[in-house]
Amino acid sequence: MAEHFVCNISELADGSVRIFEGEGLEIGVIHHSGTVYAYQNLCPHQGGPACEGLRIPQVVDVIGKGGVFVGQTFDEDDMHIVCPWHGYEYHLSSGEHVCNAALKLRKFDVETREGGIYVKI
Amino acid sequence: MTFTPGNHLIEPSREDFDSEQHLAHAKQQALSRGYEDFLIVDVDSHHYETEAFQEIAEYIEDPVLRMEAKYQGMARGGVTSIDGSYQEMTGRVTRYPMRRREKTPPTIHRDITLMRRWMDSMGVDMACMFPTPMLNIATCPRVEVETALARAYNRWLCDNVLAEEPRLTSMLYLPFNDPEACLKMVEEFGDRKGVIGFMVTATHYKGCHDNAYMKTYAALEERNLPLGFHAAYTWGDKSTALMNRFISVHALGFVWHNMVHMTNWLMNGMPERFPKLKTLWIESGLAWVPFLMQRLDNEFMMRSSDAPLLKRKPSDYMREMFYTSQPMEMVDNREALELTFKMMKADSQLLYSSDYPHWDMDLPSTIYDLPFLDEAAKRAILGGNAQSLFSLEPAYAPWKLAQRAKNQNTPAA
Repeated sequence: MAEHFVCNISELADGSVRIFEGEGLEIGVIHHSGTVYAYQNLCPHQGGPACEGLRIPQVVDVIGKGGVFVGQTFDEDDMHIVCPWHGYEYHLSSGEHVCNAALKLRKFDVETREGGIYVKI
Repeated sequence: MTFTPGNHLIEPSREDFDSEQHLAHAKQQALSRGYEDFLIVDVDSHHYETEAFQEIAEYIEDPVLRMEAKYQGMARGGVTSIDGSYQEMTGRVTRYPMRRREKTPPTIHRDITLMRRWMDSMGVDMACMFPTPMLNIATCPRVEVETALARAYNRWLCDNVLAEEPRLTSMLYLPFNDPEACLKMVEEFGDRKGVIGFMVTATHYKGCHDNAYMKTYAALEERNLPLGFHAAYTWGDKSTALMNRFISVHALGFVWHNMVHMTNWLMNGMPERFPKLKTLWIESGLAWVPFLMQRLDNEFMMRSSDAPLLKRKPSDYMREMFYTSQPMEMVDNREALELTFKMMKADSQLLYSSDYPHWDMDLPSTIYDLPFLDEAAKRAILGGNAQSLFSLEPAYAPWKLAQRAKNQNTPAA
């Protein structure tokens, strides 16, 4: 397993993504709310660049007493990676598709030390 | 590359947009699968005529309507408008909001450049292009406006796009609310370069069996030009108006309206009246075909007196019609998909389509990677069937020709 230096964490502002190539793979490194994640930039649906799209929280239907629809909101604790080709959504925390856990983005271990971001491939 | 910080809920933080960068993985697929070895024809793709609408408006002959069109423009309405307005998935599919930022050279029409870029990325050689919001003028209550806009668009497309790029073709829009204008459209544009047929938007509330259309069908049959029914949705339909989510209206609407026309076409014996007229059913996916075959066959066996012109079962006629592939239902039931291909005789009747740049587009790999198709069937569906149906003179993507020459000059290892 090879370790790759991606960049200094100061170069990857919260909310942004860096795509780098390592071991012949495109990998998206995502900095979100103080945590850094790394996934292969490849959607298992049709091969889209999954990490180059938006991050959007889970949409929630709010159901009130007696089964009444009240409205919708976002679950900010469940952020999604959204593939920009078709909108397939994956949990940022695990890389699993939100409707089918068997469909997942390939995840890589990330380490931050001495101000640098390192990904193990 | 780094995507700079931005509001990730609104847009991916890139300052620019480029189709080839957006589709770089598609180009990788094209190279790894050796698409340079064969023709790929995309039978249902789109462009945003809205960006050229000021040009198209100049082609409207009625000066009052021309002024109105130039003032009002063509863009979709807001969040409460009847045409859905959140088909773009609130920015999730990034090419919708970012498309306008794409830079193109001034010397070639922007639509041609944009079409070439996505086609080259996917490995598509030739495409049949359709407009986007103009498909919805079918439901415009002002019939004369639909007719005028259709004629302006068809003239503009022939003059500025089809005449300039042999890789681009179109089945031109028929203003189906005006049967006489449909016939004139076929007579006026049927011989124009790049015109490979004509198309009815399925949300027209006119029975396709109406006697008023027979001259148009005869004119198409005489010219060997196929008639396409391009699926669409409208939230204005009484049944779809019961739905509150776009996913519902889209999932059912794009199938329902084509099922209505298909059923009318069959029960009124149109394949017997116009046996050489080929029909193409566009953008309803595939799963509806076996359903309708079984449903109509079952009823026909009990009450054939309701469809006395038919000499065979409805499904026999359906197997002789043509279908585009997108959006192919391929979630997780490969067995059902394989049976669907078999029931519709996909090897000869199915035509690959991407529907690019719309949100549910399919790449050529959705066909090429199917394990139950052999190489010949893949190539037929991806291009050969379209080449035959439309009598196309192949025009290959320049990069594929270059790649093919490079492969030929490279000795095998």
